[in-house]
Amino acid sequence: MAALLESLMLRKVDINTVLGWLKDSFTEPEFTVQKLEFVPFLLNFLREQSSQVLTNGPATPAKTPSFSDKLAGRSTSSGAGSRSASRVQLFSPAPSVSPGSESEAAGPSGLTVGGQLRHEGGRGDLHSNEAGRWEAGGRRSARGVGGGHTRMGEQVSPPFAGQLNLNNLEDFPPVGSSPISPATSKPSRRINPTPVSGDRPHSKPKTCFTSTPFQKASSPLLETEASDGLMTAGSSMRLKEERELLKREKTKRAQQVASPLLSALDPCTPTKTGARTGSKVTSDMPTSPEPSKVTFSSELDVLVELYCTCISENLVPNIFLELFFVMQLLTSWAHHTHDNEEQKSLCAANTEVLERCYLRQVHNCVYFAVKVLENQFQWVLIAHLDKCTLRLLAENERVACFSPDLRDRLTQAQDRSTAKLSPSASTFIHSVPFQPATDNRSNFFSDKAFHTFKKQRDVFYEVLREWEDLHKEPGWSFDAALGGRIRGIMSQLTSAGNHSHFARLFLKQLVQVCKGPRPSSSSVDAADADLLGMLGADSLGRLKRLEERLIQPHGVVGPCPPPSFPGHQEFFRDFIQTASCCQLNQHLQDSLCQQLLQLDEVSILSPAAPIGDGEEEEEEEDGDMEQQKQRFSSVLLLARLLAKFLGFISFFPYQTSGRPSRDIQETSVALRSKVTSLPVLDVCAVLNNSIRRKRTILTVPWLVEFLSMLDFIGPLLLCYRTTLGSLLLLYRFDSADLSEEMCYLNKLLLVSVLGWLFQIPVIPEDIFLTCEFTAAVREADGVTGSAGLDCIPLVDQRLLYTCCPFLGEFRKLLAAFVSGSTARSGGIIRKITPTSAELKDTPTAMRSQQKLQVDLEQAFFHNQPPSLRRTVEFVAERVGSNAVKHMKATLVRELVERGEKMLRDGLESPNSNASMLNESICARLCEAGLEALAKATKYCDEKSPEAIRVLLPDETTPTVLTTSENITKRLAAEKACGWLSANITGSEIKTPLRSRFDGFTVTELVPFLLHLRRMKINYTYLVAVGPRTDDELPTGSHLRTLIHRVGDTLTCRKVHEYIRQTPVLDLLIFVCMDHTLLLFFNLYLVPDFYI
Amino acid sequence: MDRSFETYTAVYEDAEGQISSKRIKRTISMHRSPADVERYFQRYLSEAEARPTAPVLLELANEMDLSPALMARIILDRFLQDVDGGIPSKTVLNSMLKEPSLIPDQILANNIYQCTINDCCYGPLVDCIKHAIGQEHEVLLRDKLKEQNLSFLDENQLRTMGYDKTPDIILEVPVAVEGHIVHWIESKASFGDDHSHRTYLNEQFWSYWNRFGPGLVIYWYGFIGELDCQRDRGILLKDCFPTDIVTLCHATQQERTPEAPKEDKEWKKGIRRVADEKPGKKLNV
Repeated sequence: MAALLESLMLRKVDINTVLGWLKDSFTEPEFTVQKLEFVPFLLNFLREQSSQVLTNGPATPAKTPSFSDKLAGRSTSSGAGSRSASRVQLFSPAPSVSPGSESEAAGPSGLTVGGQLRHEGGRGDLHSNEAGRWEAGGRRSARGVGGGHTRMGEQVSPPFAGQLNLNNLEDFPPVGSSPISPATSKPSRRINPTPVSGDRPHSKPKTCFTSTPFQKASSPLLETEASDGLMTAGSSMRLKEERELLKREKTKRAQQVASPLLSALDPCTPTKTGARTGSKVTSDMPTSPEPSKVTFSSELDVLVELYCTCISENLVPNIFLELFFVMQLLTSWAHHTHDNEEQKSLCAANTEVLERCYLRQVHNCVYFAVKVLENQFQWVLIAHLDKCTLRLLAENERVACFSPDLRDRLTQAQDRSTAKLSPSASTFIHSVPFQPATDNRSNFFSDKAFHTFKKQRDVFYEVLREWEDLHKEPGWSFDAALGGRIRGIMSQLTSAGNHSHFARLFLKQLVQVCKGPRPSSSSVDAADADLLGMLGADSLGRLKRLEERLIQPHGVVGPCPPPSFPGHQEFFRDFIQTASCCQLNQHLQDSLCQQLLQLDEVSILSPAAPIGDGEEEEEEEDGDMEQQKQRFSSVLLLARLLAKFLGFISFFPYQTSGRPSRDIQETSVALRSKVTSLPVLDVCAVLNNSIRRKRTILTVPWLVEFLSMLDFIGPLLLCYRTTLGSLLLLYRFDSADLSEEMCYLNKLLLVSVLGWLFQIPVIPEDIFLTCEFTAAVREADGVTGSAGLDCIPLVDQRLLYTCCPFLGEFRKLLAAFVSGSTARSGGIIRKITPTSAELKDTPTAMRSQQKLQVDLEQAFFHNQPPSLRRTVEFVAERVGSNAVKHMKATLVRELVERGEKMLRDGLESPNSNASMLNESICARLCEAGLEALAKATKYCDEKSPEAIRVLLPDETTPTVLTTSENITKRLAAEKACGWLSANITGSEIKTPLRSRFDGFTVTELVPFLLHLRRMKINYTYLVAVGPRTDDELPTGSHLRTLIHRVGDTLTCRKVHEYIRQTPVLDLLIFVCMDHTLLLFFNLYLVPDFYI
Repeated sequence: MDRSFETYTAVYEDAEGQISSKRIKRTISMHRSPADVERYFQRYLSEAEARPTAPVLLELANEMDLSPALMARIILDRFLQDVDGGIPSKTVLNSMLKEPSLIPDQILANNIYQCTINDCCYGPLVDCIKHAIGQEHEVLLRDKLKEQNLSFLDENQLRTMGYDKTPDIILEVPVAVEGHIVHWIESKASFGDDHSHRTYLNEQFWSYWNRFGPGLVIYWYGFIGELDCQRDRGILLKDCFPTDIVTLCHATQQERTPEAPKEDKEWKKGIRRVADEKPGKKLNV
């Protein structure tokens, strides 16, 4: 691989050949190097290259696994690598290299990957056929002592000219990434990096580097590994020297760990290291990157090409990691050094192409990053980031400096970005309502149980309130403060046998409090985003500086944080832990499981829209879409919450603090696969079913939450292993699809949650190596019948960011850059301690009356039986929909007819201008359309009460009835008017060619009719076809002639040209199935469409 | 009825004024040792024998600075121990205190009766007054609600429906008072002091909150201002029927206009401010 890359850089091999090879799914014989071996190599190469500069934010070491030690060997023996032998030599000074020999091969791969790799093992392996080989390699290195360590030693030793100084340091593992060698080599296992978040002590991520704070754990590892290696390397002189260096490095890192601020790591130039050790805030002016100072630009271009192809061909393990890496490069800081030696080493055309420091200088890094972004802009991904990120990116001075074109495109994308911030549902009610139907005495088997539960409910809330008040106080401990009471509840529960009641209360409360999108934790971020929207990057810089003085800037944690329980979820998790009551857990599990499966089946599409009704419903789609989206998002968020807790409870008994040793693993696997009872949730069946029914967009996100709670052994069990395998395939399948716009955000959501899942430490690397999973996903291709949820654009940006808060890391990184760029230029940051002068309850006092009304409405439903709410919503939905239909059948029909007439008249006049005519007709129709709103409202007001009266129980009190009626009226009118105004009076009508009134669209017809007129076809024929009344329906023969003519028209050459000139032309083709049924198809013809 | 209400109120207010000192007495009395009880009893016996017609027990209570009703209870308790040879049940004790004619000893019955009617803080008479006042205010509250056209379920209805905790009022359609949602209303015909409020919170108000969401407590005789600190949490304190009630109301058809910007106005128009002609007595400290 190295050889391949090298020959590419030297332009010995045509880049296009290689790109073609990367794109092609079949490996061409001319490259014996496997694609999947090459990609990780490339990624690692880039990481290594940039390790010096990349000090901002956490490491993105999602370095792909080192594919087998064999790889190097193979590549060396391959024909393509002409320099293969020297490559091997390059990395391993140990002289006797026989390419292809397995035992020796360990050396080179260790070098390329060993030191710096974060082995998400196998994550980069995108082909299962790769698996076997990889595994073989992995095992080999797992031999541990010999292979692994020698490698380390070799790595430190310079490939050329035994000098050991600066360049050698570069070979050291990069900051923040963990120098664990490919497979599990014992020594590295010994030291567990501390995870950033203590949220999940039971799954202490031993290798969650992506989430490990920058450099925290790396230094001890580094030392261990490196010194081990040095021992074997044997040269005592070098050893001493290196130890010295390591020591210095270590102290420096220790200091940086201690410092909360993200600060640039000083470049490790040997001459300066000593002097600078300990100086964290350097007074050096940071180098601002300049395009003119970019070196090696042609080689960089090659790298960019390769890298971009890898990304766009979905050969990288996680695109978000790569994007993050690119952003890091973009925002990297390096202090300018005037070190001659360094300059020399930079500029000198080293004999070894791959040894040159392509990404050593910030100029080059930024150049590279900007190029990649530029190249990847078609990579629709970027355009789908949130507005703030785009804005920050667009306003980034470096982007502007290196590529004004990219900046412009970013600015444009920003405008298109559809981040909608709809007000989140109010959460002022925090208690679970008492419902006589389920909670009164008759639901308990004894008076005692009833009264015990009464007390338990109160104690539960008391505990919850106390937690709310105190849990943020320093030194407060959940168990110490609340443990006694919680265990009290549990023992009472057991004596009274009330577990099921309590479990219900517990879950309802959980949903009530936690369902909203992360209320407590995200508030800061949200405020941040809003501010940014107002201020823009420039003012934000100043603001950020202020913020920096007020609070510590939120750390950038990288794109793959470990699973956590934010906000109130923490309470419920701790409660379960503290209670540790097996009966309660069982009840919770049962109930969670049932609810989840129900949610998974739930119909997202409007309740009363069976498939047969589809055609009709389609017309309302625009109006319904928002509603469907909301419904979907609420179902999805709820399912995710429940699944996380189900996972937590299910795997809680098996949690260990670290990965157990292989022996224990095997025993546990054997033990747990013997358990005859099924696992709590048949994940495989659920997933397969969902794939078959194309509902993965709903199922996968919650399944991911469930699986993220797995213990270390779990993934090794057959059922989870299979599921993970299917998910992996799905992941690849979907991320390969990312190039298409269709339902882009749906796919993006799947890809990002899955990508996140696979980066979680408990998911073992080698799970992806077996090739046993192929069946499920492919099945999806076969079943294309009924449209599933996957094909409906249900996910919007808000949902995406709610489900994947880690996507916000891009914004943080860029924002940190903005603040950093000023803070770094000197000046001491002085902390300001803010004091509040405002009374606490002012916000509630200011609560707008409108919100109050909404709250009151919600509150009304709170104490009513749930069926009431369902009824009201259902009726409102139906009545609203009927109102629309009614309007369409009466008023709109009339409007269309009027429009048609105007059109006809207009066209017949001599100097008719199609677009102007179009505009004027639309404008006139819009005005008339306003009337429809009033009529629709009236319709809703009339119809809603009737339905509500019939549907609610007779015992309903008059007030409740009236209130329900009123709410229904309002909701129905809202729905109807929403649709009508969007489709009649709204702006949509002004975008010609797209909006549909009825079976026929005036606007659609205009260009078509014009065209037909030019074609000398009697267009009145077409106008008459509109399905107005039965009488007007043309007969079959009538239609056949018509189609014939249309067909003639279409085959005419001129039509083709016309079509090509028109950006989007809606052609209506009428097909007569029998005498009464008319179907029409809208063909959206793109310019280069040929009939 | 009206007249009696006024007089009772007078008595009661007087009682409230002395509430703290009385409470001290009560707490002290709790800790009276059996020796003290024995001493009082023996003294009563001897004095009652000496002066059978004199209100000896009342005098004794005043001398000891103990609430007469409490003294009566202590002595009766001790007396019944002698008669029955065991500790008497609370119900028996209470019924005898309420109806002294049930007491087998005529002289003691007289003494007890004198004590109960002469105690303005404790005892069956005061309890009766309190209860009556409580009822009175509940009726008042219901009247006010009806006046405002707010429909509700009262305690008795709730009990028959099987609710385990029952506030005085549950509103069928919640309202907002001073921007806070109110689902239930509890009427307290007393002064809300620190101690009693804490007890009420734990035994009643939070329980209501736990079941019905946020609500309103009316302390008709005022309360310590600082206690009203749980508003945001969902327990609002008032000393009168609120004057500023916002109800859920839907604009009538004419008012409703299709355009979005006008919606704001529509909402505001819709807010019905319920004016209360006669604000309750203010004793807010």
